[in-house]
Amino acid sequence: MGILESLKALLFGKHDVGGEKQDQKPADKPADVIVEKKASIIKEPKEEKPVADKITVGHVHMSGCTGCLVSFADNYEGLLTILDKYADLVYCLTLADVRHIPEMDVALVEGSVCIQDHIAVEEIIETRKNAKIVVALGACACYGNITRFCRGGQQNQPQHESYLPIGDLIDVDVYIPGCAPTPQQIRNVCVMAYLLLKGNDEQKALAGAYLTPMMNLAKAGTEACGCDVMYNVINQGLCMGCGSCAAACPVRAITMQYGKPQIERDLCIKCGACYAQCPRSFFSFDVVNQYEGIMEAIDAAMQP
Amino acid sequence: MVLGNYKQAVAARSTDPDILRKSQDGGIVTQLFAYALDAGIIDGAIVAGQSDEPFKPEPMVATTREELLAARGTRYSISPNMSLIKEVTRSYGLDKVGVVGTPCQMQALRKGQLYPVGLRDVADKIALAVGIFCMENFPYQGILQLVEDHGATALENVSKLDIGKGKFWIYTERGATVQLPLKVTHKYEQPGCHVCLDYVANLADISTGSVGTPDGWSTVFVRSAKGDDIWAKAIAAGAFETKPIDSVKPGLELVTKLATEKITKNQQFIEDRKTKFTVGKELRNPYI
Repeated sequence: MGILESLKALLFGKHDVGGEKQDQKPADKPADVIVEKKASIIKEPKEEKPVADKITVGHVHMSGCTGCLVSFADNYEGLLTILDKYADLVYCLTLADVRHIPEMDVALVEGSVCIQDHIAVEEIIETRKNAKIVVALGACACYGNITRFCRGGQQNQPQHESYLPIGDLIDVDVYIPGCAPTPQQIRNVCVMAYLLLKGNDEQKALAGAYLTPMMNLAKAGTEACGCDVMYNVINQGLCMGCGSCAAACPVRAITMQYGKPQIERDLCIKCGACYAQCPRSFFSFDVVNQYEGIMEAIDAAMQP
Repeated sequence: MVLGNYKQAVAARSTDPDILRKSQDGGIVTQLFAYALDAGIIDGAIVAGQSDEPFKPEPMVATTREELLAARGTRYSISPNMSLIKEVTRSYGLDKVGVVGTPCQMQALRKGQLYPVGLRDVADKIALAVGIFCMENFPYQGILQLVEDHGATALENVSKLDIGKGKFWIYTERGATVQLPLKVTHKYEQPGCHVCLDYVANLADISTGSVGTPDGWSTVFVRSAKGDDIWAKAIAAGAFETKPIDSVKPGLELVTKLATEKITKNQQFIEDRKTKFTVGKELRNPYI
């Protein structure tokens, strides 16, 4: 399991990788030689950072219910591990005191954009300019979700009536569908995004393979519906009746009748979870065949 | 690689006469879950239970030995076991879930663990996934037509259905046996099965099926670290009688042959979907 080992090595630095020697210090740099005497007085060894360096992450709040952020936080101590080891939260209206969207590696955008709200429009454009990777976090950002049904006229901004998934306004790199997206899915994407940006070649390859389907979703468009399961799976002769779509649906709009999904389309909130969960929407043997190693590695990565 | 990764392959059958009395073959799935339930490895399991209609399976959560026994035997139709994978951790409240499924359902399960788009807090609750060999499946109406139309037998009088030795077998309560050549069954196969590239549930913790072993026995592949651990414990507890797979006929050779046949045929079908159904277009390929 080469990937697993090297992943552990990256995540834990020199520490505790299969009981290897831990005490070897890196060779002195030439510059260090001059201050050697001084340095020897201080007995404490130089603190070694557990990981190379963190990525910067921001949470951008558009028109959403904060459920996606809550779901992220529902990783509990896992969230602290992520913020401790892998990511600095540089922008997040709810958790960080930063007013303007800074430059960052990854922007997690929650919610759709109200095009009658010029601040929202400016912010999403700024997000695209300032972030290397834009992730649509949750169904509103990906597909509009429940905001697709807004018709305006509400107190106290009746003119706010048109809500667009962020992909209709800017290029989006990765989708995390679902209402709310699950803590584990967000966690997995965080770890993989970290590996993609900071890992070695092998890790980049794995992270790339893992994230590819979610990048493909981002390329595929901004509309989702339970109908996708009919159009893209059943109509294509691909459904084998496993029931994943029914399990994934957050509003129980899908039941299995005689081994096939029966979709109550009036209940559907357009979150895209059913189709993304379907093993016949996308399936990578390269990734899934390594499920044991990947899950172990992610578990190990989440150890505080 | 048509048989996937495995740590060991053995011929096995349950040591429990109750389980064997109405099991399809060696009673592996029922015995594994019954043992795991006893040993506290699982709190319950999603199994293909019996619905109101004869031989129509329905996914259900078995939390007792009695419920497991009631679900013994194969029903050759679609049981969407994955549809309960979230609910089993919610209204059923299970923390350690057992699940049995076909190869495609094992794929769905592992995808669901790696990409839990709509499966919150499910991935780490899967304690034991048992896969069953599967060549193809039939919609319920297909089974009805095979048994009632081709077999001229009322489905409610049937005691057991089986596919083996190149035939589709119908056994009735009154002792009659009807056999159909497999050829007539092909048109009733579920279309989605024709793009499947897995015969022996490569992604299960433990997978099992009748092919490769004599009547009353099953072939068992122990695949994952988790599966290996549970299998060793079950053997130590005397749940199974085993024989080396090399010592039985027809053995892994036949399993390999059928797996190769299925995968080759379906790979060809996936290719054909790109070229033979369309002009300047392609049917969608789910594999990336």
